[in-house]
Amino acid sequence: MKLDAKIPEGPLAEKWNKHKFNLKLVNPANKRKYEVIVVGTGLAGASAAASLAELGYNVKAFCFQDSPRRAHSIAAQGGINAAKNYQNDGDSVYRLFYDTIKGGDYRAREANVYRLAEVSVNIIDQCVAQGVPFAREYGGLLANRSFGGAQVSRTFYARGQTGQQLLLGAYSAMSRQIAAGKVKMYPRTEMLDLVVHDGKARGIITRNLITGKIERHSAHAVLLCTGGYGNVFFLSTNAMGSNATAAWRAHKKGALFGNPCFTQIHPTCIPVTGDHQSKLTLMSESLRNDGRVWVPKQAGDTRPPYEIPEDERDYFLERKYPSFGNLVPRDVASRNAKYVCDEGRGVGASKLAVYLDFADAIKREGEATIRAKYGNLFDMYEKITGENPYKTPMRIYPAVHYTMGGLWVDYNLMTTIPGLYALGEANFSDHGANRLGASALMQGLADGYFIIPYTLGDYLANIGWNDKISTDHPAFTEAEQAVKHQISTLLSINGKKTVDQFHKELGKIMWDYCGMSRNAEGLKGAKQKIRELREEYWQNVRVGGSNEELNITLEKATRVADFLELSELMVDDALHREESCGGHFREEYQTPDGEALRNDEKFAYVAAWEYKGPNEQAVVHKEDLIFENVKLTQRSYK
Amino acid sequence: MNLTLKVWRQKNANSKGELKTYHVKDISPDMSFLEMFDVLNEELLLKGEDPIAFDHDCREGICGMCSMYINGHPHGPEQTTTCQLHMRSFKDGDTIVVEPWRAKAFPVVKDLVVDRSAFDRIIQAGGYISVNTGNAPDANEIPISKEVADAAFNAATCIGCGACVAACKNASAMLFVSAKVAQLSMLPQGQIERKRRVEQMVAKMDEEGFGACTNTGACAAECPKEISLANIAILNREYLIAKATSEYV
Repeated sequence: MKLDAKIPEGPLAEKWNKHKFNLKLVNPANKRKYEVIVVGTGLAGASAAASLAELGYNVKAFCFQDSPRRAHSIAAQGGINAAKNYQNDGDSVYRLFYDTIKGGDYRAREANVYRLAEVSVNIIDQCVAQGVPFAREYGGLLANRSFGGAQVSRTFYARGQTGQQLLLGAYSAMSRQIAAGKVKMYPRTEMLDLVVHDGKARGIITRNLITGKIERHSAHAVLLCTGGYGNVFFLSTNAMGSNATAAWRAHKKGALFGNPCFTQIHPTCIPVTGDHQSKLTLMSESLRNDGRVWVPKQAGDTRPPYEIPEDERDYFLERKYPSFGNLVPRDVASRNAKYVCDEGRGVGASKLAVYLDFADAIKREGEATIRAKYGNLFDMYEKITGENPYKTPMRIYPAVHYTMGGLWVDYNLMTTIPGLYALGEANFSDHGANRLGASALMQGLADGYFIIPYTLGDYLANIGWNDKISTDHPAFTEAEQAVKHQISTLLSINGKKTVDQFHKELGKIMWDYCGMSRNAEGLKGAKQKIRELREEYWQNVRVGGSNEELNITLEKATRVADFLELSELMVDDALHREESCGGHFREEYQTPDGEALRNDEKFAYVAAWEYKGPNEQAVVHKEDLIFENVKLTQRSYK
Repeated sequence: MNLTLKVWRQKNANSKGELKTYHVKDISPDMSFLEMFDVLNEELLLKGEDPIAFDHDCREGICGMCSMYINGHPHGPEQTTTCQLHMRSFKDGDTIVVEPWRAKAFPVVKDLVVDRSAFDRIIQAGGYISVNTGNAPDANEIPISKEVADAAFNAATCIGCGACVAACKNASAMLFVSAKVAQLSMLPQGQIERKRRVEQMVAKMDEEGFGACTNTGACAAECPKEISLANIAILNREYLIAKATSEYV
């Protein structure tokens, strides 16, 4: 299979404009003849559904939650980047592009990332016009902050609830289109398969989560805006329902999966307290602007933090990375927290935590200022831990947060199945091996508001409105039968272990061997363990109840079945990528001082995996990354 | 901790429900309330019983999906969401009564799960600013004073969980509706549709079967996001002005 990224010719800064001109258009009167399915209603899905409906397409939108407003984009805290340069501090589209490419450790496409930086400025305009209440200065203009590894202040924010406000903006735009009859919304409905016929995406099979009814939906194109697969690890900052089912089933129908091993472990999360833990909570990394990360110098020091004098503390990020200090990118901060805990210098009951200390910032700026900046985060921390972070340092530890990998897409966001698109976190495209803070919101909205409305039209104009199959077509019947068969199998096993037990075991395998640092031996063992666990799952899982009801266990069971397959692909990818880059740290490949050692000669490519059947070895296809504008350097934050 | 739970069980929208008693043992005070339910559900599943259905998703207090009515309070004894309620708020030996949101406009789907789609329909009736993608002027073209932006933000933090409705003896949705109306009516971008918005949203609210507001204030007292009762005053003022002067509705 030859991967064609369809990157337009010409200078970087002109590619998108030129491409937009070259894309075919659908006549305004003909747009109403097309149907588009949007799966997922987070930032990417809601913005795409709203924008496409505004253009005149008929949209069907799906989400598994009870309302589209609950998609997990809502939980994003810190902010959204845009190259507005309102602060006059030297920002530009090119600098945002450069930072994002470099931050991704040179494993993303130049053209995509440049386009992302280019449209970032339009996003802020659009959101303000929708009534998103961004933070403002006393003069009435928008406020910015510096965020996660950036040396300019380009992050727009709405206290610690930026994702919420942006999502409610997109949700309200979509709600307007629902009222106008241009978007038909299907809440509590989960996509369980993609229908492909004649090599093109034709629709989806869904399950109504209340009645269990399996339904068929046909369309001219299908957009997967279904987020990432961090819940493979069981514990992550994802929502409980976040899952990979839509993307994975599309993969099994022929969509290649790009860079599955690139996962982001976020450094500032609330540590695990016990086996009952169901999810992990992120503390926005904006906290690292004012908080100082430290552990005791001495291993096994059990004194409370206030009894440890200044000269017996190790501010390890400031010590190792004097120029970036506590603001080093996420992968670097996480890995270093792991190192100090591995050395026995971790804090708290579990010893798997480091301090994030605000004492100096409170002394410098006063408690009121710190409260104004981070009040809701401090409150959240106190509610969860029962400790007051104004008085005692927070305890934080890394947790799985985001997946840079995802369905492989070309410049038009189309997967290797014509008519099937992937937007936002569900695709692999813009963040390379590591995503910078405040870039996920930017990408989700860029894809939905400003990219897919152009690129989708080109595909639709080319196929014409007659190129659609009815839901009576055998392709639908076949896909529906497969879904029903899987469900009845899961219900009939009636084994001895619960879905959660399997999920927790899988999560532990992934965290231990395919988490913050990986090695060949561990990965090979993990692959075997996953296969065994998967085999056991299909013999020993217990899913009670029936299909024809609200069945919370069955919902989980279909998702975990997919995690048990996707995890193996993540391990395959991690094993084959014999280098360290971004969030992918292979212990065999590091510099003498323990930093990630890339191998650009051999691995400057996107690994796009092809599904070959159950328990068959997946096959990798390579899309070479060509860097015409940036020079590949070792990332240094020293 | 060992606790006794009395939980509302109802098979589906059409069947009759009842409170059932369960005992949970060895509960850690660090667990969240929902994690305690996870433990119970695992036990039920292994015993061959139907686990208790409840809504939840982000488990960090922002998606608004969790919705348990605990010991007579929406989201329980603390002013927070159910997912952010921790077992340290209870004592060993406590009996805890857990019910779904009770409101005609929020029919029970199963056990503790209710249908809150009425809230979505209220937003669809006018809870937006009509601006198609691509139409926006530069974000800094219209300055908005920090005070106004902050006030709009405070109203905009509503998570749409429905605790206000569950807390209200009349099951009124005034706090929810007022938060959106207040946010958008304060902002310069929201002026054009200001009257139409409030009229349409209020009409929809009534149509959905929510009760009337008698200014008791239980909604604001129980709101996990501390949406202020002042928003209801703003809503009333906006509605009055709109009704007195507009051509719509």
